[in-house]
Amino acid sequence: VSTSAASRPRARRRKGVWLGSLAILLSVVVFLVPFAFIFVTSGKTQQEASRLEFSWPTEWAFFDNVLAVIRTNDYVLLRAFLNSTILTVGAVAIMVVLAAMVGYVLQRRASRWNGLINALVLAGLIIPPAVVPTIWVLQGTGLYKTLWGLIFIHVAFGLSFCILLFRAFVASIPRELDEAALIDGAGPLRLFFQVIFPLLRSVIVTVVVVQAVTVFNDFTYALYFLPGEANATVQLTLYNYQSQGLNQWNLLFTDVLLITIPPLIMYIFFNRQIVAGMTSGAIKG
Amino acid sequence: MAVAMQGLRDVERGTGRGRKHSLKKAYPLWFHLPAGAFYLVLFLVPTGASFYFSLTRWTLFDVEFIGFDNFVQFFREPALVQGFVNTFVYAFVTSGLKVVLGLALAVLLTSQIIGRGYLRSVVFFPVLVSTIGVGITFKVLLDPFDGLVNQVLGFFGITGPGWLTDPHLALLTVAGVDVWKGVGLATLIYIAGIVAIPQEFFEAARVDGASAWNNFRYIILPLARPATVTVVLLSLIGGLRSFDLIWTMTRGGPGFTSDVIASVIYKQYQAGFFGLSTAGNVILFVVVAAIIFPLSWWLNRKDNES
Repeated sequence: VSTSAASRPRARRRKGVWLGSLAILLSVVVFLVPFAFIFVTSGKTQQEASRLEFSWPTEWAFFDNVLAVIRTNDYVLLRAFLNSTILTVGAVAIMVVLAAMVGYVLQRRASRWNGLINALVLAGLIIPPAVVPTIWVLQGTGLYKTLWGLIFIHVAFGLSFCILLFRAFVASIPRELDEAALIDGAGPLRLFFQVIFPLLRSVIVTVVVVQAVTVFNDFTYALYFLPGEANATVQLTLYNYQSQGLNQWNLLFTDVLLITIPPLIMYIFFNRQIVAGMTSGAIKG
Repeated sequence: MAVAMQGLRDVERGTGRGRKHSLKKAYPLWFHLPAGAFYLVLFLVPTGASFYFSLTRWTLFDVEFIGFDNFVQFFREPALVQGFVNTFVYAFVTSGLKVVLGLALAVLLTSQIIGRGYLRSVVFFPVLVSTIGVGITFKVLLDPFDGLVNQVLGFFGITGPGWLTDPHLALLTVAGVDVWKGVGLATLIYIAGIVAIPQEFFEAARVDGASAWNNFRYIILPLARPATVTVVLLSLIGGLRSFDLIWTMTRGGPGFTSDVIASVIYKQYQAGFFGLSTAGNVILFVVVAAIIFPLSWWLNRKDNES
C-alpha cells in the first residue's frame, strides 16, 4: 500500500510534464504561429511578403515598413492613433465617473426605481443598438461624424457593464464609513467623490483597463458613427487599408502589429485586473 | 476607531427616523441622471424609434410609412433569409464550441501540468487583440493556395479546401476563427468556476477512489454550472450580434452564403435602404430577446433547483 501511495503523486507529476509539454506544443502551433506570422511578414520587403510564406525574412525591412505605414495617406495613422487615444481616454473617463455614481446609489439606496434601473442595465448588455436610428439621433444633435459623438456612443453602450461591476464592489464597502462622513458634515457630493470614490480604486482600475481595450479595439461603432478617412480611428485605418486591396502585405501586417501593441502593453501590466473584470462582469451579466 | 464605531451605533439607535431621512439625502437619486441622459438619448430613443422607422421607406431625403413591407421583403428575398438562418448557425456553432473547448481547456489548465501560467496567457491573449487584425491575419493564413494552412496540409498530401471561398464552408470557417479568438474568455470563466469548487469534494472523491473522469462528470460538470450558464449566454449574445469578424473576412460572401443579420443591416444601410436596414435591426432585437430572455430564465431556474 505504501509504495503505491508514494508512486501515485510521482505518476501524476510525470503525467503533468507529459500533458503540459503536449499542450505547450499545440499552443505554439495554434496560438503563437499566427502572431509569429504577423511579426515576420511585417519585417519583409513587399516582394517577399507577397508570397504569404511563413518564413524568416531574408532581409529585414521592418523599420522601413514602419516609416512607410506612418507616411501613408499623409500621416493618417498618426492622426488615427491620436483620435483613438482621445476616444479611449474620453469615453473611459466619462463612463467610469457616471457608472460609479449609478452603481453606488443603486447599491446604497432602496428606491422604487431600482427595479427599472436594473432592468435597463441588463437591457443595455443584451440588446443590439439600432444603427440608423442612432445616426438619426446623432445628426439631430449635431454629433454625427464627430469624435465627441463616438465618445458619447461608447459611454452609452458601455455604462451597463461598468454599473454592474461598481454595484458589486460598493456592496463590500461598510456603510459605517458613509455614516461617519455624514456625521462629520459631508454632503452627498463630498461623501461620494472624497470618501467613496477613492475606495473604489481597485475596481476602477479593472473597469478602465477592460473598457479601454474594448473602446480601442472597437470597429463597428466607428464604422457607423465616425465614417470618413479624415478622422478615422486606428481600427478604421486598418480596415480601409485592407479594403484598398493593395498588394502591400508587409505594410498591412506592420499596421496590424502596431495596433496590437497597445492591448499587449495593457495585458502585460494589468493581466490580473483584466482577468478579474472579464470574469466577474461576465458572471454577473 | 472601534470607539467611534460604537458611538456611531448609539447615534443610529437614538435617532432611527432622522437617520433614515438623512441617509436618503446622502444618496441622491439625481446621481442616476447624467448616466441616464446618455443612455436615454443614445440608446433608448434610437431603440424605440427603430420600431417606427422599420415600418417606413426611409432614405436620406424623406420618410414614408409603408407598414410591414420591409419585413415581408426581408423574409421573401433569399439572400436576406439566408442571413437570418446563418445568424443562428453562427451563434450556436460558436457558442457550442466555446462551451466544449473552454471547459476542456479549463480542466487542463487547473490540473497539475507544467507551463500552466504560460498556457493561460497564450490562450487568453487573442481576446484582447483587434478583431480586424485577427480577421486580416486569418484571411491570409487561410488563403486557398498560398495560405500557411493549406501549404501545411499540402505537405502532408492533403488538398486543403477553399476555406473562405467555398460557399458551404465560409461561414463555418469564420465561426472557427471566432472560436480561436474567443475561447480564452470562456476558458477563463470556467477556470474561475472550477477554482471556486471547495477542495473537500475532490478529497472525498479521492478517498472513494474516483477516477479523473468521475471527478469531471460528478464534481466539475455539475458544480461549474454557473460558469456554463455565463459562457452560453455571453457567447450567444456575442454570436447573434457579431459583425466585424465576418465583415473583415468575407463581407458576407461568396455570394450571400456567410451573411448574418448584422451584415445585412450594414449592407442595406450602405445601399441607402434605411428602413429595410432598421427592420433588420428590429428582427435582430427580436431574435436576441426571444433566445436570451427565456434561456437565461430557464438556466437560472434550474440553477436554483439544484
